[in-house]
Amino acid sequence: MIGELFIIFIGVVLVNNFVLVRFLGLCPYIGVSRDLKSATGMGIAVIFVMTLASAATWFIYQYLLAPGPSNIWFGLFGDGIDPSSFDFTYLRTIAFILVIAALVQLVEMVITKTSPTLHRALGIYLPLITTNCAVLGVAVLNIDTFFKGGEAVSWSLLKSLTQGFGAGVGFTLALILMASIRERLDLADIPPALKGAPIAFLVGALMSMAFLGFTGLI
Amino acid sequence: MYLKTFTKGIFQRNPVFVLLLGLCPTLAVSTSVKNAIGMGVAATFVLVFSNLFVSLLKNYIPRKIRIPCFIVVIATFVTMVELFLEAYLPALNKSLGLFVPLIVVNCIILGRAEAFASRNPVSLSLADGLGMGVGFTLALMLLGGIREILGSNTLYGYEFIPGFQPALIMILPPGAFLTIGLLLGLFALIRSRREMREKINSEIKPGKSPSIIAG
Repeated sequence: MIGELFIIFIGVVLVNNFVLVRFLGLCPYIGVSRDLKSATGMGIAVIFVMTLASAATWFIYQYLLAPGPSNIWFGLFGDGIDPSSFDFTYLRTIAFILVIAALVQLVEMVITKTSPTLHRALGIYLPLITTNCAVLGVAVLNIDTFFKGGEAVSWSLLKSLTQGFGAGVGFTLALILMASIRERLDLADIPPALKGAPIAFLVGALMSMAFLGFTGLI
Repeated sequence: MYLKTFTKGIFQRNPVFVLLLGLCPTLAVSTSVKNAIGMGVAATFVLVFSNLFVSLLKNYIPRKIRIPCFIVVIATFVTMVELFLEAYLPALNKSLGLFVPLIVVNCIILGRAEAFASRNPVSLSLADGLGMGVGFTLALMLLGGIREILGSNTLYGYEFIPGFQPALIMILPPGAFLTIGLLLGLFALIRSRREMREKINSEIKPGKSPSIIAG
């Protein structure tokens, strides 16, 4: 069991890194990677939101959307009706994005209260976690990998949490690496046309190539 | 005016190359022109209809909860696209994979709803949505075309140059970063050249007082 979780974790941090291999969460990757401090803050916020979102969306999917005896609507109104007719999985996208938006609002409120400096540093990017595709991406990915045909595989909640946490760690890793490189890039002599976003993408290409080296690790 | 709003999204304010929005699907699905067109058309559909409905509802949505409202409107159309692709184009649905539900968090769509459709009349919002959608699709096709030719020596599935040895790296993730980085650099170069030329032209033009140029 532990081994299985470890494989999921390594897989999502290194082999299928969310930013560099799956292309999720590129906007903050380019936008907030100018200095190390805000990159770290953003990374921690994303780890937190992703883990919470993985848990929340698992419960929503298992008890409200997926067909089967554990569906709450079936429990309430299901007398004499086939449980498979309580299939609301088509509402997945709407339900998940709303849950994530509410979660982000919560995290924003907590950060504003506890650390005004961090809040100032993250600026407009905190509300943007809502439209950070990495968060919705990990929620949808959890459902795709840990629910086979609408039915949860064994230990799927723990696996979803591991994958959510690992995806956040992978995102933070890529963001911090990028921020460290960009702090040095400011001093480098770059052709004027490549300054800013273009050079950031070229650095991303090299890092992505490096991460390809992890293919076949698991 | 409508034409101007429409073309603005294609060139001047191209969502991918100028505004740097919607990068995740751009890089992820541009491994071939076919995928690029599929994603582009799907996103354009969502963009046009979300702009239409946001513009229609703009006077009824309370200012404070407008973002969740926009997201619900967008998610509705994304779900329609998802179900449509699943039913009629299962192959495309499979190759776009995770990125079909992720159209809902494409920053272009929410960005246009917030910045344009919630402040402008319905007809202009439609033109804006269509223009941005076409601009997004063209950018995806350009990227997809380059990567498909260099990475698998085909264009829309047909062989491109017989005997050319394709470089696999171009359809792998690093190729996406490389292509968009170089393209952005190229556009920046063209832009700075044009600005320089305009500056020279305006300086040698007689009849213009120097104070106007300086201002």
